Amino acid sequence: MDNFLSVRDLRVHFPTPDGVVKATDGLSYDLAKGKTLGIVGESGSGKSVSSSAILGLHRGTSAQVSGQILLEGTDLLTITDEEMRLRRGKEVAMIFQDPLSAMHPYYTVGNQIGEAYRVHHDVSKKAARTRVIEMLELVGIPQPDRRVDDYPHQFSGGMRQRAMIAMALINDPGLVIADEPTTALDVTVQAQILDLLQQLQKEFNTGIIIITHDLGVVAEMADDVLVMYAGKAVEYGPTKELLTHPEMPYTWGLLSSVPDLTADVEEKLVPIPGTPPSLLSPPSGCAFHPRCRYKDQVAGDLCVTQQPDLTPGSRGPGHLKRCHLTDPTVPNEEEVAQS
Amino acid sequence: MTVTDAAPTGPSTATDGSAPLLDVRDLKMYFPVKSSGLIRRTVGHVQAVDGISFQIESGGSLGLVGESGCGKSTTGRLVTRLYKPTDGSIHFEGRDIANLGARQLKPLRREIQMIFQDPYGSLNPRHTVGSIVGAPLEIHDVVPKKQVLSRVQELLEIVGLNPEHYNRYPHEFSGGQRQRIGIARALTLQPKLLVADEPVSALDVSIQAQVINLLQDIQREFNIGFLFVAHDLAVVRHFCPEIAVMYLGKIVEIGERDAIYQHANHPYTQALLSAAPDVKQAAIGGRRERIQLQGDVPSPINPPSGCRFRTRCPFAQDICAAVEPPLMQIGRRHKVACHFAGEIGHHPAEPVTAPLLGVDRHGDPVPGADRNTDIGTDSGYSDTWYDFPGRRIVRDESA
Repeated sequence: MDNFLSVRDLRVHFPTPDGVVKATDGLSYDLAKGKTLGIVGESGSGKSVSSSAILGLHRGTSAQVSGQILLEGTDLLTITDEEMRLRRGKEVAMIFQDPLSAMHPYYTVGNQIGEAYRVHHDVSKKAARTRVIEMLELVGIPQPDRRVDDYPHQFSGGMRQRAMIAMALINDPGLVIADEPTTALDVTVQAQILDLLQQLQKEFNTGIIIITHDLGVVAEMADDVLVMYAGKAVEYGPTKELLTHPEMPYTWGLLSSVPDLTADVEEKLVPIPGTPPSLLSPPSGCAFHPRCRYKDQVAGDLCVTQQPDLTPGSRGPGHLKRCHLTDPTVPNEEEVAQS
Repeated sequence: MTVTDAAPTGPSTATDGSAPLLDVRDLKMYFPVKSSGLIRRTVGHVQAVDGISFQIESGGSLGLVGESGCGKSTTGRLVTRLYKPTDGSIHFEGRDIANLGARQLKPLRREIQMIFQDPYGSLNPRHTVGSIVGAPLEIHDVVPKKQVLSRVQELLEIVGLNPEHYNRYPHEFSGGQRQRIGIARALTLQPKLLVADEPVSALDVSIQAQVINLLQDIQREFNIGFLFVAHDLAVVRHFCPEIAVMYLGKIVEIGERDAIYQHANHPYTQALLSAAPDVKQAAIGGRRERIQLQGDVPSPINPPSGCRFRTRCPFAQDICAAVEPPLMQIGRRHKVACHFAGEIGHHPAEPVTAPLLGVDRHGDPVPGADRNTDIGTDSGYSDTWYDFPGRRIVRDESA
């Protein structure tokens, strides 16, 4: 099996005066070329931190990164800073959540996108400009030969995000990390941007990691989903499979706590009780046990004392879950509401 | 209309069933745009809210949805009178509050309260939770000083916080808990109307449901009317039996939950609904067919003539630029503002509104034709409405 990207036992720890924050703690996943992985989790679950490690953004900080990030066979954690710099933007690119703060307000959009191109290509400014206009046209910006000289504030939110996508794709990278790419956008614009990403993915055969808290976005975009909780993967599998037959109480909780457009409105939402744990002193055993409604169904106090492993679920080896429960089917929602 | 100042307190059962708690008519809010330079002349107006009408029953809840910049938050702030409207009326319990001065507004603050979006920005970091929640009691001198603490603790318990935590500071709480503090503060004076401006959008998914359930419990227990401003269509559908969809300062469609979510007639509502990602549908049968809207929302400083949605509307014709479609009642509790209103796949080829407005299919006035002005002027619903597919006026027999 030759995977385009393989992350193995990735750990990102931040030493602080109060102790070590284990933001990402033993994360493994694979991504094939041209496929999309959705990483879902709440704020502080480590989803952004683990992805910025792929770009080498923790280099030069106090963060301790260990494990393996294999991109086409090369471990990105062992190469030099200079080698990383040559790959950043060319082989791995990032689309940020807030395009207004990700762009420099004093430079024109064309200038900034062109810079990303000229870092990796020895071309004249004029040639870069032509290429930028091509890219702007590709991402659907009207009158690209005129808008190329605009400043970021002259673009609307949706257009800025299109420009960000143009910047990320201008070097035709094999992997694009999109960190909450549509969270700051309105739904109709979000739909435009997601469609654009999918269309460009087909055209360039790009692998995409989409980081989001919105299960709806994941359901529409991703081939595989990784659910993160307290720095660890708690469930991982093909999107359709995972969303229709989740096998981990945290995923059940996420799915039952969001209202959807077809549910019975008389039924109350079933929230996950409590709050996300502190990463400085995560709970013993399963990190989710203080909020879990089902720990009584596990014999003894296994959930409190022993960290469950990521094991294959009941429906095949492709679907992994981190839970001690032996009967991993979604319980009746009414029972949940009463418990 | 006779206006009385009587009965400001007392049980709400005394209120006449026909009179709504809140009746907003033709509300407008224009913010001036000043030129730069020494003499800051007004060079234009942002027409944030431009003539909207709606009603909220006592204990009812109206959801206000739309994209950023459509005027939904401004509407919330007008109802709480944080802004003074440019024009129009806001009748609260039968009394027009649109033009009251600061002194006259103070007693009103007890009745209408607000829950803000950002639980970090809306609590003073230097005050304890006790003084934040208790401040309204002292300002309005509702209970003797000695009883403030016990009332604060009672409120904290209602919103699911530990009453012993009254002397902690906001930073000691998580986002969800802070939002509960904001809710406790809003409940302190036992208001009759709560304006909730994006109350859950800043919260994590697993916490959102906790806060939505809390708001529902509170609404049922205290019979509070809600104006629920949000962009999340699924959250609004869950919370509100009635929904208004706004676009560029206007209500384009308003109606009961089913009318909006099952039988949307306005192309914008349909596009908005089709754009919302939905977990269950995407997980089972792949993606729904999306109605793609082209481009962005136009500027509210210089909105398009006629129908404001026409620049992005797939059905727009000449009449849409010439005549603004009125918000017409098309069902028992369903109004829509569109010349080509119809359910998805059933949009008419000819403008259905033309005969009522006395214009031809291009929007030019027909000599001698009357404009039927009765439809679409009232803020509530009437017993008669215009049935679009049948092109006739219908009377509700059950009424």
